[in-house]
Amino acid sequence: MPLIELQHTGYIKKELPNSFVKIGLSLLVIGIALGILSYIFEPARAVYGYLTSFIFLVTIGIGSLFLVALEYVAGAVWSVPFRRIAEFFSSIIPFLIILIIPLFFGMNNLFTWTHPNVVAKDVILQKKEMYLNIPFFIIRSIVILLLWSLFYFLITRNSRKQDFNGEQNLTSRNIKLSAVFILIFAFTISIFSFDWLMSMEPHWYSTIFGVYLFADAVWVSFAVLTLSSVILYQKGYLTNKIKKDHFYSLGTWMFAFTIFWAYIAFSQYMLQWYGNLPEEIIYYTNRWYGPWKAFSLGLVIAHFIVPFLILLPRRSKTNFAILKFAAIWIIVVQFYDAYWLVMPEMINNGFKYNFSLWDFTFPIAAVGLIIFLFGRMVKKYNLFPIGDPKLKRTFEFYL
Amino acid sequence: MSNNQKQLYAIGALFDSPDKIIYAANKIREAGFVNYDVNTPYPIHGMDKAMGLKSSKIGYVTLFAGFFGASFILSFMWWTLSVSYPLVIGGKPYFPLPAFVPITFEFTVLSAVVSTAIALIAVAFNFPYNSHPLHDSYYMKNVSSDKFGIVIEAIDEKFKKEDTENLLKSLGAYFTELIYKPEEKTFKIFEPKFLAFLLIIALITSGSTYVTLNKLMYMPPFDFMLHQNRGNAQAKSNFFYNTREMRNPVKGTVAQGYIPYPFNATDSTEYFADPLLPTMEVLRLGQKKFLTFCSPCHGNYADGNSRLQGQFPPGPTLHSQQVINYSDGKIYNIITNGQNVMPSYARQINSNERWAIINYIRVLQRAQNPKPEDFSAIKEIKKENDDNASN
Repeated sequence: MPLIELQHTGYIKKELPNSFVKIGLSLLVIGIALGILSYIFEPARAVYGYLTSFIFLVTIGIGSLFLVALEYVAGAVWSVPFRRIAEFFSSIIPFLIILIIPLFFGMNNLFTWTHPNVVAKDVILQKKEMYLNIPFFIIRSIVILLLWSLFYFLITRNSRKQDFNGEQNLTSRNIKLSAVFILIFAFTISIFSFDWLMSMEPHWYSTIFGVYLFADAVWVSFAVLTLSSVILYQKGYLTNKIKKDHFYSLGTWMFAFTIFWAYIAFSQYMLQWYGNLPEEIIYYTNRWYGPWKAFSLGLVIAHFIVPFLILLPRRSKTNFAILKFAAIWIIVVQFYDAYWLVMPEMINNGFKYNFSLWDFTFPIAAVGLIIFLFGRMVKKYNLFPIGDPKLKRTFEFYL
Repeated sequence: MSNNQKQLYAIGALFDSPDKIIYAANKIREAGFVNYDVNTPYPIHGMDKAMGLKSSKIGYVTLFAGFFGASFILSFMWWTLSVSYPLVIGGKPYFPLPAFVPITFEFTVLSAVVSTAIALIAVAFNFPYNSHPLHDSYYMKNVSSDKFGIVIEAIDEKFKKEDTENLLKSLGAYFTELIYKPEEKTFKIFEPKFLAFLLIIALITSGSTYVTLNKLMYMPPFDFMLHQNRGNAQAKSNFFYNTREMRNPVKGTVAQGYIPYPFNATDSTEYFADPLLPTMEVLRLGQKKFLTFCSPCHGNYADGNSRLQGQFPPGPTLHSQQVINYSDGKIYNIITNGQNVMPSYARQINSNERWAIINYIRVLQRAQNPKPEDFSAIKEIKKENDDNASN
């Protein structure tokens, strides 16, 4: 049965050009080398830059896994041709466990609450010490990453097995796994964002912050998915049975999450602006006074207004050139957002901040890692879920 | 339309699955029909393509209503809260944009949605009509629950009653219905029954509101501070012999802080000395009181530049040699008892304030006739201020 279905999908496994993995690997090596250089020159700045890129990788990896789980839980039909690409991008997740280790060594630079003399003078931090202490922090981070990796392995293993036997109960098993994963994901991404982003400003708190990172993660994952699937489709790596309607849906999702991010970001901003309490407003005054005003205003334009206007017309969601442009824009802006979340805290933690090109060494490595992993996965596995029972329906998908 | 020959509007055909309706819509379009429509209980993917529909123009209504709503409510809030009646709310600026964003968003959505719905009704029912021939047909009852229907209108060029019915049946319709236009009816606006109905409704609403608010839900107002065991000013008393609640003070009573001044206008008071020192505080008090009570007649600078515009004899200038020569005690007496047409200000200005005013008048007089040492003093003060500013 799977072999017969193979004929109908019109998918033929093609190898990516050899240079693809090489480009990824060389970017990775160059990025890491430059990053180490930047660490030698300015250790504190390098730690912050590393965290920025780490957040960027986390959003792409965990967001892609969320898209896979979302497809299973919602019973979505249109997204089946792109699911494997999202699975490949989520293969970053297990590597995060290795990538997080340098951050544990740089924690002194990132978090003021790791300094005992600061905590000794600060009543609020003393009360928070039950949660914000180094052993518990490290355990939390490792457990969260292990949980994510576990679900990544379980879900993708079932999905890949289906390529060979096309069994229906693999899909129903994945639906159950995905439901559990989404529940765990909702808690873990909140805890993760509280730990690694919010606790840099340990007095500040915002309960919606996890949702902010979630909106970012899904947004950028859709952009990465759109960019790669449009390019792969144009180069003939996917089946030509995919219609414009499928790509239209991808564009609509990018558009929807552009608005969702604006909604969440504004909700957080407006309440804290209105309340104007010292421990809450500090987060925004850090990002408004000093060199950050232009960055903050630029984020509103680049993160919301530009993609909103690009993706609003119906035509732009079926035009491959515009879709690719919007996707690249979103990926760049997602790095910008991560930068905006992390870097202003340098001043807060007593370091001097001035704009420097050293901040852009680690993103080279991050992009290289994504390309390298994607190339390796394409070599190993099918780029298209040829055994999926929903394939017939996905080819008949209309808007 | 009184004859019993009704005008045919359309033929409706019912199908029982979405696949069949897509197939049928395809065939109808290929057969060259233009004036036909498909009704389904839920949106069916691929129907636009099957019917060859282009994107709807109704979106422009939504777009412009949305733009209108956003700009209207923003300018409304700007005008009411920042221009017409500026209010400080929660220490925010007069135009707090973040606070206006949710309202702008909601109003944009509201106006866009409501005008889209109105536009749809106007287009579909062919404004100004408020009904459609398909209403109350067997066809409509079914497509709005669980069946799928195609309706071909009689005005279509390809429409032939029998042929079209057969075509629909051959495409898999399990039922076809001839739908006629309803008889045209006119309704008078000033129907007596309708007016009476309106009147009754108005009476019932206003009456029931009155009864509910004033009788059923009536609560005594917050008045327990009004009725206390005490005498009110200007009130009648049954206790005192002169039937007044108000009592005269005991003879010889003096109010706290009141210093008796037993002198008349004709008494000689030149020897009274000013008890206050001309400190900044005293001068400020004197200036305030002078501007309130003296300046209307004597002018803001005591130069007799009256604001009364001839309605009252203007006050004389206080810079005349005569007034400069007056002693402080004399001016005090004039303020207290009045002089010529000037009435007594004893009730408006207390003793302390009178002395402060006199201090201030002396300052004004000195300013009109400065001495050489005043200029050097001013220069010194200026220099001091500049030094302070530069530091």
